[in-house]
Amino acid sequence: MSLLEIKNISKRFGGLQAVKDVSFSVRKGSIKAVIGPNGAGKTTLFNLVSGFLYPDVGAIIYQGVPINGKDPYEIAGYGLSRTFQHIKLFAHMTALENVMVGCHVRSRAGFLAGMLNLPWARREEQEIRDKAHAMMDLLGIAHLSGAEALSLSYGQQRAVELARALASSPTMLLLDEPAAGLNMRETADVAKLIARVRDLGITVLIVEHDMSLVMDISDEIVVLSYGEKIADDVPRAVQTNPEVVRVYLGEDDA
Amino acid sequence: MKTRRFIPILTLVAVVILVQLVTQVVAKEFYLTQLTMTAYYSLIVIGLCLLMGFAGQISLGHAGFFAIGGYTSAVLTTLDLSTFKDAVFVALLTKLRILTDRQDLYGHALVSVHPWAACIVAALLALVISWAIGIPVLKLKGHYLAMATLGFGIIIYSIVLGTQRFGAADGISGVPPFPLLPGISVSGGSSLRVLNYYFAWLLVTAAMILLVNLIHSRVGRALRAIHGAEDASNAMGVDTARYKLSTFMLSAVLAAIAGVFLTHFNGGIGPSEASIIKSVRYVAIVAVGGMGSLWGTLIMSVVLNFFSLRGYFGTFDDAVFGSILILIMLFAPDGIIGSDLRKLIGKLNPKSQMANNK
Amino acid sequence: MIELFFQYLVAGLTYGTIYAIVGIGFNIIYNTTGIINFAQGEFVMLGGMIAVTLHGFLPLPFAVLGAVLTTMIIGGLIEITFIRWLVKPSVLRMIIITIGLSILIREAALFTWGEGVRSLPYFTGNEISALSIGSVRISPQVVWSIGVCSIIVLLLNLFFKHTMLGREMRACAANRDAAALCGIPTRNMITLSFVLSAGIGALAGCVVSPITYTQYNIGAGLAIKGFTVAILGGLGNSMAAVAAGFILGILESFSIWVLPTAYKDTISISILLAMLFIRPSGLFGNKEAMRLKDF
Repeated sequence: MSLLEIKNISKRFGGLQAVKDVSFSVRKGSIKAVIGPNGAGKTTLFNLVSGFLYPDVGAIIYQGVPINGKDPYEIAGYGLSRTFQHIKLFAHMTALENVMVGCHVRSRAGFLAGMLNLPWARREEQEIRDKAHAMMDLLGIAHLSGAEALSLSYGQQRAVELARALASSPTMLLLDEPAAGLNMRETADVAKLIARVRDLGITVLIVEHDMSLVMDISDEIVVLSYGEKIADDVPRAVQTNPEVVRVYLGEDDA
Repeated sequence: MKTRRFIPILTLVAVVILVQLVTQVVAKEFYLTQLTMTAYYSLIVIGLCLLMGFAGQISLGHAGFFAIGGYTSAVLTTLDLSTFKDAVFVALLTKLRILTDRQDLYGHALVSVHPWAACIVAALLALVISWAIGIPVLKLKGHYLAMATLGFGIIIYSIVLGTQRFGAADGISGVPPFPLLPGISVSGGSSLRVLNYYFAWLLVTAAMILLVNLIHSRVGRALRAIHGAEDASNAMGVDTARYKLSTFMLSAVLAAIAGVFLTHFNGGIGPSEASIIKSVRYVAIVAVGGMGSLWGTLIMSVVLNFFSLRGYFGTFDDAVFGSILILIMLFAPDGIIGSDLRKLIGKLNPKSQMANNK
Repeated sequence: MIELFFQYLVAGLTYGTIYAIVGIGFNIIYNTTGIINFAQGEFVMLGGMIAVTLHGFLPLPFAVLGAVLTTMIIGGLIEITFIRWLVKPSVLRMIIITIGLSILIREAALFTWGEGVRSLPYFTGNEISALSIGSVRISPQVVWSIGVCSIIVLLLNLFFKHTMLGREMRACAANRDAAALCGIPTRNMITLSFVLSAGIGALAGCVVSPITYTQYNIGAGLAIKGFTVAILGGLGNSMAAVAAGFILGILESFSIWVLPTAYKDTISISILLAMLFIRPSGLFGNKEAMRLKDF
């Protein structure tokens, strides 16, 4: 059953065709990777799916509902959560508070309830706090709760961002280069984490450069080159695909 | 967790009472007048602090909302519909207590809008205008946002200065007292000085309670997220446009209500209340008090407004605020009180509310 | 009737040139630093005021020259004292600092010269002398204003396009880090941009003061209108600012036909708001290029 369907998506910026007629789908419960050389359009694709950009043509269907043209916060409401290539944690807030914002989409207390400090709002706040703690526990960073988010190390910040994305109880997680800037051991940890996420029942779509990570955990891989899809298959098939090999020849891919 | 939040509130109440008693003891009751005005000006400032410090949106035109509140109330309560006294509509409204009979200075019978009704109209007007202005303005960022809000402020100022109905350069005077309860009304009379003082500070306390609650709630966190990284907050499900607008509207209504009551207290209002220099002043106070700190802003508001109203800055009033702006932005962009106060509280409470809380 | 039309037109053009110069001043500083200098209008005010003071004991041309030089020095000092040593200040911080500066300059002017209105004498002729162009009579000072401002724009154009220094400043604007790597002293470029903006503002202030008079508080209004012009033409685009200046000046001038004079200021504000809401890249601006700039 396809959770996410990308249908004939195109996006152009001025003279540059960033994404051209790309179609693929992501099966529920699977891990799908999008790879390609620099400039292939991977991040543009992510921004299109998460609502930061609108496609010129085509449709993006999530759980049967078209989400292209919707704002990011609406899409988050449908159960799609994402992380960013350049970590975007909230400044002047602790790690725990950052993760708590992740719970925003599943909670309700508004201005009035907040100002009057209504009992149900207080209860909801406690639930949010507990959930955030649980997420940080899951990722093994519970001890960092009180730290100012931006003061943490790079690897720790990545973990906080992931916890934040998980806190929204998503049905699908978009991971934008989760292994960027990590060494081999940290990358292996990330791979384990992603597998755990999948085991929780969350479908994962990941953009990544690190081939070892991708080959290791993906069920299927989509390969982009200059905005076009050149392969969409299981890892072993993609590895031996002549077109893919040609495109990557000479590329630094670890 | 709850008690920690209320300690500053209780401190505020205690200080307010203490100050009043002190002025009685040292026979300087007239200080209460300036302190009452300070309270109303502080309402504007704390709303602005929420907008600037938490939602991260600058507003260089907030005096405009104060003016909208004050002028609306002034115009409506000094309106004279006695010539229409026999019209059915007027009779109906009088029965509903929306219009009221009163007497002016010379004992003539007038029919004007009842101050409560005028207040509600003023608040609604501020709500509508801030909504209408906010939608396009809050899409802007940085310089453009600053300029747009500045522009809004100038338009309001031009309108009140240039329109005869609003008294042009002289403003509106003869605004009647605002009756709260039998025997208690907001006005400048010296016999009601103490009551007015407490009412004004009651309003401030109530506003602080609401805003402090808001900051510690889910919405407050969402606002800080917007300020911290707007795109990411959007991706996490925060409807950033709506939240910014709601915060803008809330701060506008606070300013308008301050305008209403201060106008009744002073018995009038003039175009200078809508001037850009006033808007800049409010921004200066928020900057000094620490944009991320409601209490810091309130403290600085009291200090600076009181000194200014008592004339301690003399003719250099504007220059003082201008210098404050520059000095704070150069040397302490987080405000003098803001960061220090939080550090102090952090030291007093090993587990401050913001951190690890199991 | 025709005569009235031309009077309004000429008045519009005259004010339009000042607005254009202030707009260009904004652009110069913005292009080099990314800062919107809210104190821009004060340079115009200072030019006029200082010139009048100097004229008390110097012949007119030297008074004007002296005023321009003094204002340029003030501009440079402001940059060195308040702005130079800030490390990556946020937009909000810069806005507040320049607003504070504009207030201080204004208060200092009030303190030094009082509230009175002052003006330089007409450069040639006097209030009633007039040149005839066809059936229209214009004051020679108007010709001076438009002429001087046109020359300023021309010289600036030449400076930025054809001199080494001008090119260095443009490099600084395009990419400060890259420019620094090329050996361009970026900090001095920034100071230079302030000095330049102050100079042209002061010159414009001198040349129009016989017609429009100078007072300690004209700076803020000019800043708003100058900013409107800069936005109208597209922030950073100085040639467009000239066109935009004329457009604004003329619109404002003819607005008297439809609105009471008390509301004249609302014209420029409304244009500003309309531009900001509908097309912030300006009439002649480039939408994509604008998105690249960091606000």
